[in-house]
Parts: sequence; structure tokens; C-alpha cells
Amino acid sequence: MAVTRMKDQTPSQPSEGQVQEPAHPRVLIGAHVAVKGLSHSYRKADGHVLEDMDFEIHQGEVVALLGRSGCGKSTLLHMLAGLTHPSEGQVVINGNVVEHPSPKWVMMFQAPSLYPWMTVAQNAGLGLKFTRRGYEIAKRVPEVLDLVDLGAFANRNAQELSGGQQQRVALARSLAPRPEMLLLDEPFSALDAFTRRSLQQDVRKIAKDLGLTLVIVTHDVGEAVRMADRVLVLKANPGRIAEDTQIALTEEERGGGTDAFAREHARLMGIYAEVAEMGNAPTENDFTRLSE
Amino acid sequence: MSDVTQLSGQMARTGFSLPKLGRFRGLVNGALGIGLLLVLWWIGGWIVETSDDLFAFADFAPVPTLSRLWEMLMDGEVVAMSGPSLMRVGLGLFYAIVIGVPVGIMIGRMKRLNEVANVPFQFLRMISPLSWMPIAVMAFATWDGAIIFLIGMAAVWPILFSTAGGVRRIDPAWLKVARNLGANPLHMLFSVILPAIAVDVLSGIRLALGVAWVVLVPAEYLGVTSGLGYAINDARDTLEYDRLAATVVVIGVIGFALDALAGQLIRKFNWVRSDWH
Ligand SMILES: Nc1ncnc2c1ncn2[C@@H]1O[C@H](COP(=O)(O)OP(=O)(O)O)[C@@H](O)[C@H]1O
Ligand SMILES: [Mg+2]
Repeated sequence: MAVTRMKDQTPSQPSEGQVQEPAHPRVLIGAHVAVKGLSHSYRKADGHVLEDMDFEIHQGEVVALLGRSGCGKSTLLHMLAGLTHPSEGQVVINGNVVEHPSPKWVMMFQAPSLYPWMTVAQNAGLGLKFTRRGYEIAKRVPEVLDLVDLGAFANRNAQELSGGQQQRVALARSLAPRPEMLLLDEPFSALDAFTRRSLQQDVRKIAKDLGLTLVIVTHDVGEAVRMADRVLVLKANPGRIAEDTQIALTEEERGGGTDAFAREHARLMGIYAEVAEMGNAPTENDFTRLSE
Repeated sequence: MSDVTQLSGQMARTGFSLPKLGRFRGLVNGALGIGLLLVLWWIGGWIVETSDDLFAFADFAPVPTLSRLWEMLMDGEVVAMSGPSLMRVGLGLFYAIVIGVPVGIMIGRMKRLNEVANVPFQFLRMISPLSWMPIAVMAFATWDGAIIFLIGMAAVWPILFSTAGGVRRIDPAWLKVARNLGANPLHMLFSVILPAIAVDVLSGIRLALGVAWVVLVPAEYLGVTSGLGYAINDARDTLEYDRLAATVVVIGVIGFALDALAGQLIRKFNWVRSDWH
């Protein structure tokens, strides 16, 4: 034990000409998703929650699913993750029909849902343990904890961390098994504005650095503009894709405060408001949300 | 309004108050409680001793009892009579855990099963374990078997219901996340469900232990010739009231110790921090 630790601490000296392998090698193939003729109803009598969904998500793309609450965003995301079966149609990832959940496409929720009886490191290593890659834990967990800036918290109990830090642990936990896609269901909506901004930036950067496909569900137009390459705007009752639009901003512009950002934000807000009226008349709640 | 609170605050400050005990508070108060109990016991003994009718029972008083207890500790009698009792409680509790925890997990997980099992379980639970005594005696070849059965019957319910309650309170997101991360059913059980309900199971066991220890003594009035219940019966028959009272003290002390031990275990396995939302 002591010997290996000493070896780890010896700084590695790359010999000349030899390329150092980066600590987080790019996932060369982020997941490709094809949703084909997908409709879903929870109970036959209630009619369709989602109807006639047909779209593709490309490898390494960051896509936001934007829509009012209740329009079926979470339902759709559960189906992409294989956690729910669609009543009709299919989700095809990398050419295979999704039948079961898989650590290759990991979902994250509004609540971090860490296991409070485990340390931060144990939480982060869980996916590796479950997929019989326990031997990777010692190397991989510190890597992913560094990636989310929580290297120093490895042995703390998850409950001692702030909400934002807990969500970072959940992110590390999702990243540890080297997934091809992350599916985020309003993961930052419980956080304060400052923490939310920094996580939005970091998650997009991590996804881009690793080449991950990222799907993020949100009802926050700003979040969609900051994070997504492309936004699918959903209408409600039944849920359908009403608009499919690209966000043409550079990484710097996404930080906000620029005219380009303001233009994209206003454009998307316009689409969102228009689509919101396609379902039932928007409630007061929706108007307050629009003005966020 | 503020005048009133200020006034009452002043009154409290000038009025009688117990001295501040700091970190020894628990210890001091515990000792105080035991002291009070001993005083009551001593008064009772003194009344018995001075009464013409009850004079024969004077050995129940603290002094004869505690000196007899000392003798019994020294000559190994305490260990000899507690051993078989602890063995029976241990085995009864073991079977109650082996049956109660899995069944509790199943009815906690499966709504339908819970609905079906609820009425019969509530019905069986309300039957005093001791009323199974005649059936137990007929059904088991040995007295020990019958006693262990009675203890198991008493102990299984708290464990089963507490386990089921714990399973029902598991955050569904914990199961969903584990499933997404590739957990198989065994991972689910050992990495998520059991740690999540550990405290509920242990609280159930603690309750069960209390019930089992209470049921033990009357159960040992049955045929067996060892154990604490037998010792009480035997002391009564031989009119050794100091031995009888000493045995009662032993029962109380062991019961208290077992409960304290279970409390320690619960504290150890409790993952809830006070500020967890
Ligand atoms: N498990 C479920 N059983 C029945 N109905 C559900 C379930 N989950 C969601 N719904 C219904 O489906 C609709 C879409 O829900 P959801 O996908 O959660 O929307 P969103 O995430 O966009 O807010 C809502 O009307 C909701 O009430
Ligand atoms: Mg939702």
C-alpha cells in the first residue's frame, strides 16, 4: 500500500516526443440518439402525454428540451434513459433500440439524490462498482472529483456539502463510468443563481471537452441559451416538438452580457411564449416564469 | 408584552434552580434516578419488615437482596442462570430477524402484498405471544423449542413492521439512480436498500428485544430447569426471597444493558445528520 502510494506521488516525467495521455481522454463517440414515432400515455383514458415525436440528437451535441412544466419533458428524458418504456415508437441509441437503463446514458435530477450513508468518493464510485469495474475506482474517482473541483472533499460525508457541491458530486458519479450521454432533468433549478451559472458553464465545458452528448430539460430560457447548441421547444397537451432551433453563440458569448446573447435570448423567449400559447392558455405561473 | 417576558425571566433567575451539571448531567441524573429507586425499595423493605403480616418476606429488602446477589455473582450462579436465558432470547431473536427482515422488505416493496398481508399480520400481532404457549408445547418436541418459538412470535412483529416502514420511506430517486448506474438486484439490496433501512431494522430489533426479554421469564416458567424464569420459580418454591429478588435485579440489569447496546448500534448505523434536509 505504502509503496504504491509513493509511486503515485512521483511526478511523471514524459520522455521527449512522447505524447502524454490527458487525464480525461475524450469519449470519441458521444451517443447518437434517434427518436422514432414515439408516443406515450400513462393511462389510456388520459390520452397522449407525448405524441408523434421524431427527432435526432447528434454525437456530442448539447440539446435543450424547453417547455412549460407538465408538457412531458421528464417523461421524454426517462425514455431516452431507458427508465420508462414508450407506449408507441422507439428510442434508438447508437443503432440499438433502448430497452433498459444503462450507465452509458446517465440521468441526473433536480435533487442530487446522493446516498447519505456514503462518503463523497463512495458515491462517485458507485457506477463503477455496479458495473464490475471496482478496480478502476482508486484511479477514476479522484479524476472525476477533480473534474468537478471536489478533489479535497473525497472523504467527507455527502451531507456536509452545500446543494451545489452535492449536485457536483452527482455529476461526478454520473461521469465516473465514462458515459456517452448525460440526461439532465432541471438539475440546477434548486440552486441559487450564482451556483447555477457556474454549474451551467462547467457542465457544458465538461461535455464539450469529453465529447459527450448532453440533453438538458429546462423551463428556463436563459439556461437553454447558455448551455445548448440546439433547442427543442415542446408544446403541451399533447407534448409535441413545436420548434427546433440552433443557438448560434460562441463560448464567450454564452457567458451573457453581450448583444449576441441578448438577441438569442429574446428570440428564444419569443418562440417559447408563442409555443406556450399553443397548449392551454398560459397560467399566471407561466408569466412569472417567462419574466425570469 | 416584553415587560412580561422580562419579568418572568427575572423570576426564573431569582427562583430555585438545579445546579448546572454540564457534560456530567446524564450521568448525575441517572445516578439520582437509581438512588431514588433504591430509597423506595428500602422503604418498601422496611414496611414489610415491620408489618406483622408480611414479616416473612423481609428478605426482599435491599440489604439481604444485594448481599445475596454478591454471593450469586461470586459463585457463578448469575452466569449459570443467565446463560440459557440469553441463549433462548438470542435464538428467538435470530429467527425473528431471519423471517421479519425479508418479509418486511417484501411487503415494503410490493404494494399488493402489503394489502393482502396487512389484515392477517395485524390480527396475529395482537395475539399475546403467551397465548401460543399450549400450541407451542404440543408442536415442539423440547421445552427449549417451545420457548424459542414464543420469543420469536413476540419479536417478529416489531422487526417486520419497522423494516417495512423503512423500505416505504426509501427515496425512490435512490432506486432510480442505482438502476441507471447499472445496479443488479443484489446491488440494489446490499448497496441501497439495506443501508437505507439499517436504522429502521435496528430500531425494530431494539423493540423486539424489549418484548422478547419480557416474554422470556413467563415462558421459562414452562417445563425447563434452567434460566432466569426457572430461577424465580425455584426461589419462590424454596422460599428464598433474597435469591428471588436478586434474580429480579439480574433480569432488570441485563435487560437494561441489552437495550443500551441496541441503542449504541442504532447510533453507529444512523446516517442521518441533524442538518440533512
Ligand atoms: N408516473 C406518472 N403517472 C401518471 N402521469 C404522469 C406520470 N408522470 C408524469 N405524468 C403526467 O404526464 C404529464 C407530463 O409530465 P412530465 O413529463 O413530468 O412533465 P414536465 O417534466 O415537462 O413537467 C403531466 O401531465 C403529468 O401529470
Ligand atoms: Mg419535469
